[in-house]
Parts: sequence; structure tokens; C-alpha cells
Amino acid sequence: MNFYNEMMDANDGVRAHYQGYDQWLKATPAERIARKRAEADLAFHRVGITFAVYGEEAGKERLIPFDIIPRIIPSAEWLALQAGLRQRVTALNMFLHDIYHDQEILKAGKIPAEQILNNAQYRPIMQGVDVPGGVYAHIAGVDIVRAGAGEFYVLEDNLRVPSGVSYMLEDRKMMMRLFPELFAKHKVAPVQHYPDMLLEKLRAVAPQGVSNPTVVVMTPGAYNSAYFEHTFLAQQMGVELVEGRDLFVKDEVVYMQTTQGPQRVDVIYRRIDDDFMDPKVFRAESTLGVPGILKAYQAGNVTLANAIGTGVADDKSIYPYVPDMIRFYLGEEPKLNNVPTYMCRKPDDLKYVLDHLPELVVKEVHGAGGYGMLVGPASTKEQIEHFRQLLIAKPEGYIAQPTLALSNCPTFVEEGIAPRHLDLRPFVLSSGKCVNMVPGGLTRVALTKGSLVVNSSQGGGTKDTWVLED
Amino acid sequence: MLSRTADHLFWMSRYIERAENLARLLDVTWQMSLVPQSLDAANQNWNAIIALNSLEAAYAKKYSEITAENVLRFMVSDADNFASIHSCLRMARENAHAVRGTITTEMWETLNSTWLEAREKSFEQLLNAGISEFFEWVKMRSSLSRGTTLGTLLQDKAYHFIRLGTLLERADNTARILDVKYHVLRPHGDEGATDFYQWGALLRSVSAFEVYRKVYRDAITPERVAELLILRDDMPRSLHFCMNGVVKNLDLIANSHSGETQRQAGLLHAKLHYARVEDILEQGLHEWLTDFMDHIYMLGDGISKDFLAPMAEAA
Repeated sequence: MNFYNEMMDANDGVRAHYQGYDQWLKATPAERIARKRAEADLAFHRVGITFAVYGEEAGKERLIPFDIIPRIIPSAEWLALQAGLRQRVTALNMFLHDIYHDQEILKAGKIPAEQILNNAQYRPIMQGVDVPGGVYAHIAGVDIVRAGAGEFYVLEDNLRVPSGVSYMLEDRKMMMRLFPELFAKHKVAPVQHYPDMLLEKLRAVAPQGVSNPTVVVMTPGAYNSAYFEHTFLAQQMGVELVEGRDLFVKDEVVYMQTTQGPQRVDVIYRRIDDDFMDPKVFRAESTLGVPGILKAYQAGNVTLANAIGTGVADDKSIYPYVPDMIRFYLGEEPKLNNVPTYMCRKPDDLKYVLDHLPELVVKEVHGAGGYGMLVGPASTKEQIEHFRQLLIAKPEGYIAQPTLALSNCPTFVEEGIAPRHLDLRPFVLSSGKCVNMVPGGLTRVALTKGSLVVNSSQGGGTKDTWVLED
Repeated sequence: MLSRTADHLFWMSRYIERAENLARLLDVTWQMSLVPQSLDAANQNWNAIIALNSLEAAYAKKYSEITAENVLRFMVSDADNFASIHSCLRMARENAHAVRGTITTEMWETLNSTWLEAREKSFEQLLNAGISEFFEWVKMRSSLSRGTTLGTLLQDKAYHFIRLGTLLERADNTARILDVKYHVLRPHGDEGATDFYQWGALLRSVSAFEVYRKVYRDAITPERVAELLILRDDMPRSLHFCMNGVVKNLDLIANSHSGETQRQAGLLHAKLHYARVEDILEQGLHEWLTDFMDHIYMLGDGISKDFLAPMAEAA
């Protein structure tokens, strides 16, 4: 397979936007690079920028490997991406509002109604609930890959609790600390204002009539894999980091327990899944949430970001319909490509998938984090046969896509510098009509040779992402 | 501030202070054991450390006899012993982890790297390198932690809860060290060189040897040692000094239902402020210190109820 290389063109020449970096790399002694890489490792460890891995020894923390070769995006490419992201997230928010109100898109027959109404992520409790500004997905982490001759594809829309933005910010901080001279030479668009932008968005969606809202970040606790990020964002925004046990509801109003007594809370940036938010409504055994918070939410006394029920729009079984949503709500052609997707619940699609398993990527409809997926070309016969049985047993539980020739980028690995596959997760912030993002996003890189799975839980690393200003 | 945040800050500072004081206590016991003494006396010293922390049962499960090495291993490196230095450093770090957005980066890095380093040290390595060196290291890490707090943290309520935890813990720990050592030293009453070294070691354990010299410019006597560690309000590890700080910091975080706790703290403080060492010794130092430690415990309980534990939904 031929892969698009972010740095080198087909004739092994350095692409224009990488020329400056390439010259610097060639002129910098190897031992200085090695020293800087060790310094980065040490600093990340000391600062505790780690993540917990599920299934490993309880409380064990690992470092996400950081690569010092940046992923560089030229200005024109970014502007096109940004326009596409804005369009897509706008349509997704309109879709969510529609689904929880008049369901025009179902009436128009654009999406089979049972696909929505029988979806576990559809929350009937949200039907008819008005949320401030009509915004559901305040924070979206849209995964983008590059394939073929370099065209961009949206791989998934993460509209529930997308994570990773702290790595984007820490990677930049680290690069500036290690190699300030690079930033003197390049006009790299800044990203450090993300927390301010986020706080502004959260304040903008406060319940009606609240002029100086109290915003908090809500975490499942210190053992969550993204706990570092929760504390980081709360600290950067200067707001409290709360757990469910810090909050209580009285007369449909949410309060937090403080050393001076109860204090009212208006906006909750929650990093907990719907299922765990309110034991009175969702999972009764959950101790992470707050009993009665859904009532307060429905009464409009508190804003949750993201809203309850956004999962119905980023579910892998709904993903194939996003281009139609854009056409339906905005009357525009989609600016970003979807990856062609086979819906295994359709008999024809299933037949094709079963016949072509060794070439396809099969994903669980409700899976996330790189768990429960099959990458055909990289799998053994046994693994493929295992998935064949799963597919036959429960076809509606899976989708399949062609294996994309993900672009790659030179990366430091044990044997030196070698190309590794990567993706990009921009963080798109919405409030009302306003959709913003900082330039770039988080670049994740699969450090294992040939691997197409970039998730940190599967051994992925990160790179600083540079959008170059003209 | 969130009650839970205050709780983590309070315990973060208590645990690092506890690790430091435990290092001090073990160090002084170790130093004292180097001065010629009977085997009985030596074992009594080590036994006292276990008894002091009410760890007899847990200790007996692991070791059949009291020896210096066993007690050190148990109190320094044993991860199963919740009162060991190892456990205290871990708990200090865990509490800091839970509030790392509230404390400064420097504070977090200090406690995190202290734990990471402590975790790497096996007991055998510590013994080989000289156990006193490890105790020095713990004291320095605690000082560093206090220093970054003083040097980088905004002096708001977070700071007051941290100071409160530090001072309450230190008051308790100084009282304990004094109680157990005074007890061991006093009954023998054998005047002379041994005694001088033993009292000197006790003073050093609370960094008060030079202070003593400066304040009294005279021979070391048990009465003056007690006076220095209990009543001097300018000696940073004395009970009086600690209670000054407790009262001051409690005032700064007061809320509508903390009146009784403040009153209790004031009473305890007054007791130190107006006490004379002759009266304390006449009452019996052990009885007096036991009573003091009970009050410290009650104060901790009051602080927990007033500020740290979620108040029943009393909106």
C-alpha cells in the first residue's frame, strides 16, 4: 500500500511546509536531540501527565509517549478543514435538537426512525427539553484521518466526553520549552487560549437569567483514565473540580458542598457518561453521579455540557447519515468526506463484509477507544474467523469500512526516525450560532510499525500539531 | 472551597508532616541506640515506637520479636503498615493528586517526585546507604514541600487548611515524641554522659539542640527540655507555637457553625499560654501530654465535622 507522507512528497523531496523543520533537524546534533527527548520524558513524568490504563494493575499510570517531530499543517489546508468542521458540528447540533423535538429528519425519511428510536444512546427523557442556545455538543472531538493521495476523512464524531485536549496543550508547552528556536523560525498558530475559549463557551450557555454563572468541571474521580485532564482544565479555567459526591440537589437546584456551606452551581462541564449522571434516572448503582440532577436539568436550572443524549449522533450506526444531515439542515454539500461504511444490519452489506473481511476494518457500533475492533489486513486467520462468528451472531452490532491507507509522518522510534501512521483530533466548541476551535488539535501517532490504531490505550503516542500562519 | 478539596489539603499536609516526624522519631531512637545501653533499654525504646502508634497487633503478625531492624523495616518501608513512612508519603501524594488543580505545580511536583523516589528505594538499599541518610532525606522533602507551599501558593483558604493540617499534626507528634522519650529517659535518672547524649538526641530529633543552647546557655535538664518543647512560643515545633497557628488559621476559615471548635482551640491555647512547667511536671508530664493529645484529637474531629465532611443537606 502507498501511504501519504506528511513530510515527504512522492519523489522523496521535503514538502514546502516542512522545509524549515527539516533544515533544523539536519543541523541539530543527534546527542542534543537525545538529551531533549530524555528531558521531555522526565518532565512529563514529574508533572504527572499520565493516564490510567483500564485492566492493568489498579491505579497504575503510564506516560503517553511524546514525539518531538511536529505534525505540520499548512494554513490553506487548515482553513479548509476548519470550514468543514464548523459545517459538520453545526449540522450535528441541529440534528440533536431536531431529534429531541419535532424529528423532521425522520418524517422526511432521511434516516430510518427505528435507527434512532431503538438506539440505546437515544434518551427519551430529553424529548421536548429545551437546552440553552439549542446546543447539545458544546465540545466535539472530531477524529480526522488522511488517506489516499492526501484527502481528509472524518473517522468519527466524538460528541459525548471527548478527551485529549490537555495533551494538545502540554505538547505545545513542551515543544516551546525544549526547542524555543523552532518557534522563532516558524509562525506557529497559538493554541494556549483553549481554556479561555472553553470557559467563555460554558458561561455563554448558563441557564436563563444567570448573569454571573458558577461553572464547574465534574470528574468521575482520581482513578479515571483522563483525570489529569480534568484537573488541568479546572485549574486552567480557574473553576472548581467536583465529583458527584460534592454535589446535591434541593428543590431542583444543584449545590456544591463548600467549607462555607452550600453554593449554587449553574454550568457543569461533566466528564462522566450519561449512564452514570443520575442514579434516579439511569444506572441506579452508580455512585459517581448526583441523585435528582436530571430533574434540575429538565427544569432548566443547570446546564450540562455536553447535553444528555448526544450519543445518538456519534454512534457508529448513525455516522453514515451525517452527510445527509448536512444536506438536510444546511442545504449544503458536505465539505469533509465520510469514510464509506457498510452497515452490517443490511443483508447486502453484511454479505459483502463477510466476503471481504481480510481487507476491511470492522468496528463495534457502540465501541470506543480502539477496543473491540478488527483490522483485517493486520489480523490472523483466527481473529478474522472469530469476528465472522460475531458478525453472523449480531450483524446490527457492527459496521465495516475499507482499511484506509492512513497518512504517516516521520517519528522517533527505537531504530531511529521512521514513518508512523497518525490521525488528528481538533476540538470544536459550540455555543449558540458560534462555532470555534483553536488551530490544529491533538495528533495521535501509532508507534508500532505498521499499526493503524492510534489510541493511547493501545500504545499510541502524541505529537505537537502546528498550523503554520501565512 | 469544596469541602472535599479542603479535606484532601488538610490530610495531604498532615501526612507529609507525619512522615517527617516519624523520620525524626525513628532517627532519634536509632541515634540513642548507638550510645551504650542495656539490651532491655534498647528493646524498650523500639517497642515504644510500636506502642505509640497502637500497632502491636499488626506488628506481631509479621515479626515475632522486637529488634531495631524489624521495627525500622516495619515503620519505614512496609506498604501494608498504614502508619509507615512509605504509606504516609503515598497518602500525601494521593491526597495531592486529588487536588492537583488547587495546589501549585511546584507543590504537586514535590510530593509526586517524593513518592516516586521513595517507591524506588528498597529497605536493604536504605540500610546499606545508612538509614539516617534516608531520615534526612524525608525531612528535606517535607521541608521542600512546606517551602513550595509558602513560596508559591496563594494565601487563601487552601493555604489555611494546609497550615492547619501541618500544625495540628506537628503538635500531636511533638507531644508523642516527648512523651515516649521523656518516659524512657526519666525513670533511670542516671546522671552523666549517657544522659547528656540521650537528651541531646531528643533535642536534635525536633531540631532543637542549637535552639536549646541559644535559649538557656546552660546544661541540659529534663525540665528545660519539657519547657522548650511545650511552652516556648517561638520554637517552631513546640506545642505552644503549633497552637498559636491553629487558633489563627481556624479564625481565617471560620464559618457559621465552627464556633465551638474555635472555642476548644482557644481553651487549649490558653492552657499553653498561661502554663508553668513546674505545674505541668507536678501534675505528671505523661498525664498532661495524654490529655493534650486527646484535645488535639477532638479538635481534628471538630474541624472535620465543621468543614470537611459534607454537611447534611442543610441548604
